[in-house]
Amino acid sequence: MDLTLVVQGVLSGVLFGGVYSLMAVGLTLIFGVMRVVNFAHGDMMVWGMYLAYILATRAGIDPYVSFVICAAALFALGLGVQRGLVDRIIDAPHEMQILLMLGVALVLENVALVLFGPEPTRVRSPLAAATIWLGPIFVDVARLVTFLVAVALTLALWMFLFRTDLGRTIRAAADNTYGALVIGTDVRRVYAIAFGIGAACVGAAGALVSPIVPFQPPTGLSLSVASFNIVIIGGMGSLLGAFVGGLLVSLAESLGAVFLAPSLKELFSFSLLVVILLFRPAGLFGRRSA
Amino acid sequence: MRWVLAAGVVVLLALPAVLSAYALTLFILIFFYGFLGQSWNIVGGYAGQLSAGHAAFVGVGGYTAAMLSTQLGLTPWIGMLAGGALAALLGAIIGYLGFRFGLRGFYFVLLTVAFAEICRIAVSNIDALGGPLGLYITFTGNPRQFQFQDGRAYYYVALALMLVATAAAWAIERRRFGVYLAAIREDETAAEALGVNAFKYKMLAMIVSSFLTGLGGTFYAFYLFSLQPNTLFGIPLSVEIIIRPIVGGAGTLAGPIVGSFILTPLAEISRLYLGQGGLHGAHLIAYGALLIGVVLFLPEGAYPRLRRALARRADGA
Amino acid sequence: MSLLAARGLAKRFGGLQAVAGLDLTVAPREMVGLIGPNGAGKTTVFHLLSGFLRPDAGEIALAGRSIVGLPPHAICRLGLARTFQVVRPFPRMTVLENVRVGALARYPRATEALDRARAVVARVGLGPRERLAAAALTLPERKRLELARALATGPTLLLLDEVMAGLNPTEIEAIIELIRRIHESGVSILLIEHNMRAVMALSHRIVVLSFGERIAEGAPADIANHPKVVEAYLGDEYVRAAPA
Repeated sequence: MDLTLVVQGVLSGVLFGGVYSLMAVGLTLIFGVMRVVNFAHGDMMVWGMYLAYILATRAGIDPYVSFVICAAALFALGLGVQRGLVDRIIDAPHEMQILLMLGVALVLENVALVLFGPEPTRVRSPLAAATIWLGPIFVDVARLVTFLVAVALTLALWMFLFRTDLGRTIRAAADNTYGALVIGTDVRRVYAIAFGIGAACVGAAGALVSPIVPFQPPTGLSLSVASFNIVIIGGMGSLLGAFVGGLLVSLAESLGAVFLAPSLKELFSFSLLVVILLFRPAGLFGRRSA
Repeated sequence: MRWVLAAGVVVLLALPAVLSAYALTLFILIFFYGFLGQSWNIVGGYAGQLSAGHAAFVGVGGYTAAMLSTQLGLTPWIGMLAGGALAALLGAIIGYLGFRFGLRGFYFVLLTVAFAEICRIAVSNIDALGGPLGLYITFTGNPRQFQFQDGRAYYYVALALMLVATAAAWAIERRRFGVYLAAIREDETAAEALGVNAFKYKMLAMIVSSFLTGLGGTFYAFYLFSLQPNTLFGIPLSVEIIIRPIVGGAGTLAGPIVGSFILTPLAEISRLYLGQGGLHGAHLIAYGALLIGVVLFLPEGAYPRLRRALARRADGA
Repeated sequence: MSLLAARGLAKRFGGLQAVAGLDLTVAPREMVGLIGPNGAGKTTVFHLLSGFLRPDAGEIALAGRSIVGLPPHAICRLGLARTFQVVRPFPRMTVLENVRVGALARYPRATEALDRARAVVARVGLGPRERLAAAALTLPERKRLELARALATGPTLLLLDEVMAGLNPTEIEAIIELIRRIHESGVSILLIEHNMRAVMALSHRIVVLSFGERIAEGAPADIANHPKVVEAYLGDEYVRAAPA
């Protein structure tokens, strides 16, 4: 067994973990605040990728710059979905909420399919070609930059949630909706912002990943599955759990790719999901169950 | 109400005499998807356990019957039962894992999706099962091989399947089984406190549902003559299965049927006008929008709403 | 022989010992009150008795038969039924259909169960409302529904968890009457209540819980002025004002 391959796998896994963490933090925020599971999470990320693609090919903006625009656009989408759709059924039985988000996922994925076609695409970025060599191990500059930006964004989100008033309000509403209402919080506004931020996370993540990984509309499902894997391991609603879980799952998938045939990589992810579902109790840091 | 029903069945039995070949195909699809939807309804509607991976049962049933026929020459009429049995076994496994480990709501949905995808990828990678290209059935038109020259035979088989599934749902609905399923759906904990063995009844519902759905796989295989893992195990088929009962009214007897009569023609029309030129995702957009619409405006489905409107009309008159 | 005999019941949640070494009996035809300040562990005891929680230690016997480790539905079929502190109606079912679910435990044939359910519904006074969806009921009606459902399972022992909570004095009087009639028909009752007047009026015997332990037990009159009870509640007025 080639040790270099394994080390390469580990490195790859850690670097991609930054993106996974960002994705997962977005999903867990939405769940933590609203108890809504965003089944369309992966499909929203794919839209972030396609948006980066359009901006790169039509406006010549590099994805490492345009991720800000993608984040903003997805923020608006998240806000819209929450205000227009989720808000209306926030008190309805959970099955309704599941079906609603499934519907949103279907719409997002298939509009992308109709607009962009089923063929895989990738965004060209000058950084994507560069590599740094550390002995026998190579580091993709693109992956490295993606990792750094993703981590920076996650930390920025952390600061926002823990150091600003609005952030604290969001956490308060997540902790105790009734209490937040009692002290006069505009809970609906908080919900909308939280969903927006959650979507913005994958908007940015999508843009950051677009030069590294080929994508197509059906990729949305695998990304959603990865997000669920992470969030269930790390504990639904726990930000720290999402962050750590992102690194762990990315590592596991990366090592899985080293030892398994590529066509079985997806099989591995789904099998992992089943195992996690069965043995999850509250996750690593989970505070509550769904 | 009984007379309307009887009249409806008589009409349906007589219809093939006057239908064009295309209309015949349409009705076959209406009945077939109505059958799949009704089978799902038993566990997804009545028991309230949302399964988004029911395509796996179609796949298992279809591949089993197809392989038994092509490899062992076993007539699909028996192969169908074998397929159903294997599908029921898969359903029992998924049910056992889900219900023993206390997976409810979205966790259960994820479990069913994961299993369907695992089956899909596994079958795609097994060459003996045809790999990603799948299996092809040679057309012989031999009824003993579940194939018919005349489209009308398929019509009656599909209609029979839909009626069988509906009869099963009806039998469940009026007995203790059905009442218990409804109680579990409404509040599983309260039901347990009233003597309802939730695990046992959820498992039974899952097994019946997956068995029936598995039978559908055989019909699919010997009506369309080709099985591909991506089509037979994939999410689009799972969506086709659940959307009709949800739009028509999950947990009601007529829901899946009404839903199929509404949606199947719509799907066919959109496939006709938008299907050319690679816009094959278009009807799924419509499905997604419909799901959203139903959840927001018609959560109990079209049929219950219709029934109440008619009842109000009857009272007012 | 007692109808219900629990010995040495214990349950811990993380760092909190919710129930500690509790002995509790209910004799046939008895009506026993279980009282104690908030957080004393009363509902936890109900969860342990009805099978929703497994005790860390201790024995529970119903009519001489051990029921520890049995699932709730099995315990219900053996004759122990319970209500929930926060009522849990089946919202989309009618009153009659709700009660039928309970009746099916005793009468497996759906049509027979419906007839039995109708009788129980009438008994609790919900006859006129039997075709209404449970979601449309008022709180006192929901409490009666909860009671009717549990009653329909044909229990020998009924556990009532704060049935009077949220009811006004008139409604409370009505429920007290109903509970008395149910008891007279031969059902033993163990009830958790905060309403002292109701507990004193109904119970043959009262058990007082505080911090998971039994601190007193006896006839209502004895409990009324028991120093430990007074201390636990820190509220003299209710206790002294209760009729003997």
